[in-house]
Amino acid sequence: MRNPGLPGWEPGPKRDAASGGPGGGAGRGPRSGMHRRGVGAGAIAKKKLAEAKYKERGTVLAEDQLTQMSKQLDMFKTNLEEFASKHKQEIRKNPEFRVQFQDMCATIGVDPLASGKGFWSEMLGVGDFYYELGVQVIEVCLALKHRNGGLITLEELHQQVLKGRGKFAQDVSQDDLLRAIKKLKALGSGFGIIPVGGTYLIQSVPAELNMDHTVVLQLAEKNGYVTVSEIRASLKWETERARQVLEHLLKEGLAWLDLQAVGEAHYWLPALFADLYSQEITAEEASEALP
Amino acid sequence: MAIPLSQIVFIEEQAAGIGKSAKIVVHLHPAPPNKEPGPFQSSKNSYIKLSFKEHGQIEFYRRLSEEMTQRRWENMPVSQSLQTNRGPQPGRVRAVGIVGIERKLEEKRKETDKNISEAFEDLSKLMIKAKEMVELSKSIANKIKEKQGDITEDETIRFKSYLLSMGIANPVTRETYGSGTQYHMQLAKQLAGILQAPLEERGGIMSLTEVYCLVNRARGMELLSPEDLVNACKMLEVLKLPLRLRVFDSGVMVIELQSHKEEEMVASALETVSEKGSLTSEEFAKLVGMSVLLAKERLLLAEKMGHLCRDDSVEGLRFYPNLFMTQS
Repeated sequence: MRNPGLPGWEPGPKRDAASGGPGGGAGRGPRSGMHRRGVGAGAIAKKKLAEAKYKERGTVLAEDQLTQMSKQLDMFKTNLEEFASKHKQEIRKNPEFRVQFQDMCATIGVDPLASGKGFWSEMLGVGDFYYELGVQVIEVCLALKHRNGGLITLEELHQQVLKGRGKFAQDVSQDDLLRAIKKLKALGSGFGIIPVGGTYLIQSVPAELNMDHTVVLQLAEKNGYVTVSEIRASLKWETERARQVLEHLLKEGLAWLDLQAVGEAHYWLPALFADLYSQEITAEEASEALP
Repeated sequence: MAIPLSQIVFIEEQAAGIGKSAKIVVHLHPAPPNKEPGPFQSSKNSYIKLSFKEHGQIEFYRRLSEEMTQRRWENMPVSQSLQTNRGPQPGRVRAVGIVGIERKLEEKRKETDKNISEAFEDLSKLMIKAKEMVELSKSIANKIKEKQGDITEDETIRFKSYLLSMGIANPVTRETYGSGTQYHMQLAKQLAGILQAPLEERGGIMSLTEVYCLVNRARGMELLSPEDLVNACKMLEVLKLPLRLRVFDSGVMVIELQSHKEEEMVASALETVSEKGSLTSEEFAKLVGMSVLLAKERLLLAEKMGHLCRDDSVEGLRFYPNLFMTQS
């Protein structure tokens, strides 16, 4: 495809084959027809030519760089293939190596999990591992949502996912789960990760949880419940602020109200009930989960 | 049944294989003479193997390694029923067999370390090359910005597909297709084919998480990343396919059949709610046979359109027909 900006293709009187066209004998620069024009027209024509040349250089530069990138990409693909042939198993079997791999990618600004069509995914197989894990996380969260309102500890999620994967599947670490969950955020259904007391709560519903809610969840992590007095004492909040946060958690189904507790009302977080950890997902819950 | 941690010399992992479960091999010091009675009085082996039939070995190994590093038993008072064995100390008398084993283990560990460090070294070299790609893409992106759109559509498409291969975020967004590439266009067309029937079965609407699970379960391998799915769905309308992506105020994303009119569904939702007097999202979902997520979105939309109003209490969010509108 010819670029009209290339020298030798100045719009104007047609030339015969002998003298015209790029690479033609006539060379570059103002054409023979130019001297017939007035001074003003000549200056404009010169400017047009200069612009055309500038554009041409710009296009060629991007073209060059894209070609260069294409070549380097091919080389990189080869390097990655080599790496994969030697170490693919290592990534598959060694969760610590996976962590190192992910961290290094993040450092240089590369997301190996962005697309299943990416080199990393295709050649190292990291994609399928995490995307499938994503499906399993979604299913577990859906199945247990009616119990915990859409909030679950990373530990419980880990246990349930392992159970669902069966005996012969590859083992997964908590770090693997976190990375899979981070990717799920893109789907818009409210997946989130909330740090609490050294571990994490995984949110799987689009409930709005701001800093206040998060801080109260962190406070509740110790005992599985929290009270207004505790909030006032630890966080130095006014009663009204504490009440609002607790009410929001109740409304979202993340907390249960216990009015029969000794002293004052207890707000329990089902997500934090240790007793529920080992409970099986019932057949009914599982059928809720599958689309 | 218990063995004191102080009895442990070294632990190593054995990966699972076909027909065998993952194991952790725990090499032990010789039993002290006053050991508690147990399943066996003695053994010719100086190690035990812990078998993990259904996972858990990664976390167990991690915690056990931590304990072996911290060696908390060395700080505990001596008056314990289990005898404590301090770690390797000069001059301690060992059985000959143990020394040989320890040496072999040490060699094996060095070998494993070497394998891991080789992998790590290769990885580092690879990352250096990857970083060069990132730098090059930044330079091209800058050129594109400078030229303010004097780059052809073809070049843009090429560039985007390069970025996709490397997993580099696209710094230059084009209005027409966003972060989408040829790949996503093809994917969008595929999705239109795959999702037609499931959508019809589900009343014309599905959440993106449902779609993600459905599609990937069907594929089995070469799965889609969440971003692949979103980018493909963003192109559905542009490509004039019979499905579209819709984002609710809450951020929830759904795929609808073009023929699906959520606003019309709202009218029937109002009828249902009126019949029952009031309904929560869960109740409505059960009645209509929808997921709670989508049921809630429908009720919220009905509320937004003025047909329903809410009673938001600690007992939950309940929707009522909006009598303010109908009975003025």
